[in-house]
Amino acid sequence: MWIEIPPFLPFFAGALLLALAPRGVGRSIILLGLPVLGGLNLLGAEPGSHFQIEVFQYTLTPFRVDRLSLLFGYLFHIAAFLGGLFALHLKREDSDTLQHSAALLYAGSALGAVFSGDLITLFVFWELLAVTSTFLIWARNTEQSVRAGFRYLTIHVVSGVMLLAGALILFHNTGTLDFGYIGLSGVGAWLIFLSFGVKAAFPLLHNWLTDAYPEGTPTGTVFLSAFTTKVAIYALARAFPGTEMLVYVGAVMTCFPIFYAVIENDLRRVLGYSMINQIGFMVTGIGIGTALSINGAVAHAFNDVIFKGLLFMGMGSVLHMTGRMNGSDLGGLYKTMPLTAALTTVGAASISAFPLFSGFVSKSMVMAAVLQEGYYWVWPALLFASAGVFHHAGIKIPYFAFFAHDSGVRAQEPPRNMLLAMTLAAVLCIGIGTFPQFLYGILPFPVDYWPYDATHVLTQTQLLFFGALAFVGLQKTRIYPPELVATNLDAEWVYRRLGPRVVRTVAAAVRIADGAFRGGIRALVEGSVRGVGRLYAPPAGILARHFSSGSMVAWVTVLLAAYLLLYFL
Amino acid sequence: MTSPGNHGQDRPGVWDKPRNVARLLNVFYALCVVLVLMDLVVHRHVTHPWERFFGFHAFYGFVACWTLVVVAKQMRKILMRDQDYYDVD
Repeated sequence: MWIEIPPFLPFFAGALLLALAPRGVGRSIILLGLPVLGGLNLLGAEPGSHFQIEVFQYTLTPFRVDRLSLLFGYLFHIAAFLGGLFALHLKREDSDTLQHSAALLYAGSALGAVFSGDLITLFVFWELLAVTSTFLIWARNTEQSVRAGFRYLTIHVVSGVMLLAGALILFHNTGTLDFGYIGLSGVGAWLIFLSFGVKAAFPLLHNWLTDAYPEGTPTGTVFLSAFTTKVAIYALARAFPGTEMLVYVGAVMTCFPIFYAVIENDLRRVLGYSMINQIGFMVTGIGIGTALSINGAVAHAFNDVIFKGLLFMGMGSVLHMTGRMNGSDLGGLYKTMPLTAALTTVGAASISAFPLFSGFVSKSMVMAAVLQEGYYWVWPALLFASAGVFHHAGIKIPYFAFFAHDSGVRAQEPPRNMLLAMTLAAVLCIGIGTFPQFLYGILPFPVDYWPYDATHVLTQTQLLFFGALAFVGLQKTRIYPPELVATNLDAEWVYRRLGPRVVRTVAAAVRIADGAFRGGIRALVEGSVRGVGRLYAPPAGILARHFSSGSMVAWVTVLLAAYLLLYFL
Repeated sequence: MTSPGNHGQDRPGVWDKPRNVARLLNVFYALCVVLVLMDLVVHRHVTHPWERFFGFHAFYGFVACWTLVVVAKQMRKILMRDQDYYDVD
């Protein structure tokens, strides 16, 4: 039966087929047909079904279905479809084939990870996620992207190694590899937690995201934004719900990136920072651990994949058509790219959580849960971040790309497939925002929550309008900082500047110490050789003196005489 | 609001006309006023103690965004480096 086939398999097979298949209609059929068929069949999957295999003494569960994994399963099929549609125009180059295959493998790996029932299977897909997604960065084929890709790959492979080490320690202690609730106790659990934390872009572990995502191809970054971090959110929701530390980690994640987003010039990097901010809401929700908050966290993950995907598609379209991505080089594109501008604005409204847009119906669940559980000091932080996200993602992205000052760039609308993908994403954003009951119906816990009451609609609208008013005021008073071509230091400084410097300094010190040691030994040896040499050097060297045969015979005679004398005494 | 790259070849956009921008902003200001005044009409249910204040969310949204930008701007003094900072040493 089809449904008993793990959902990743068709994607892996499709990737192989795509790499071998002739370019043309067949390719489009694979790219679009696979997610549709896979998604339809997933609709028939029953929570509770699973299968297991025995490998050595381990019981592995490569396929396990429950409401949580199903939700992410649906989501990843939607994301794969939208991403595939958005990239459909790529058909000429070999690198296009590589990108399509990598994207399918990447989507398949994400599906493999969320349907894993054990930690070893999870580890395998965890690493596959890292490797396959790196090709979407390398496919950009610039020196920067190649380097960023290597950094990205290294960090994610290390995350996988931590997961494996944690899983084995856990197995040693508990005798089970089951990927269920783990909780924060013991070294193994901590390793797994940190491994998830790397992929979820916890503070200080986050920089791979803002480093690598802006370096991906215009279409590749759409895929990147959908899978990796959401697999991490899924993993945290499964293994560490109710871990209080996550409430605070999440709150920090919502707040600190928005400062960077305000001063960042590369608009896709702005979206990267905004992504960490949104993940923060999910992490907080998971940390609270109530049915409402977990529902909110995963519902927000669902919506984030779509609205963040839409925003990355909007910016991908701009990059594809203009070759530029810096806010300082863009502006005024609404004149020639009105559809892209409008669709991006829908994404911006959704991430800002305007009523009737998708962010509103999911973020509010987390906010409500925060208040319900009495986290009265976390709530202002999240509210600050809610206003801030509107500022940098809701206003800044569309404003600097499509409006602001006219940059003189006159790009046309992107290819139709790109527009269609954005349109579908925008329809989903508004559809979910307007009729949230459909999303609520597939959440892991029964939903006893409705976002549309007068208080909530009014307060959220006030928050956003007055955030916008601040933007207008800051622009009019020219306090708003201009977009500048620059690099802003972040945690990556540790491994891109401090680390290499420390290594270089230590290497230099070792070189000096080594040189001094070798020099000392050489001086010693040379001194000895010279000393010995001096003994032999004529005419002063004591061992180089000449003695006449006569005196030598005389001395021998003296010695023999002395010997005889001593013998007879 | 035209730039040197515009060359006056294409039609000016809707937002090239300052009058249109001013109109939009006036509507926007009016909506802001209406939204705050609605606090008098709508009976809000309150959980957090701060929410009791009249126009709290409006005030908070404004102050949050203003603070965000001003602080971020100051952060540039510490954090900003050349574009190729990591490429050269």
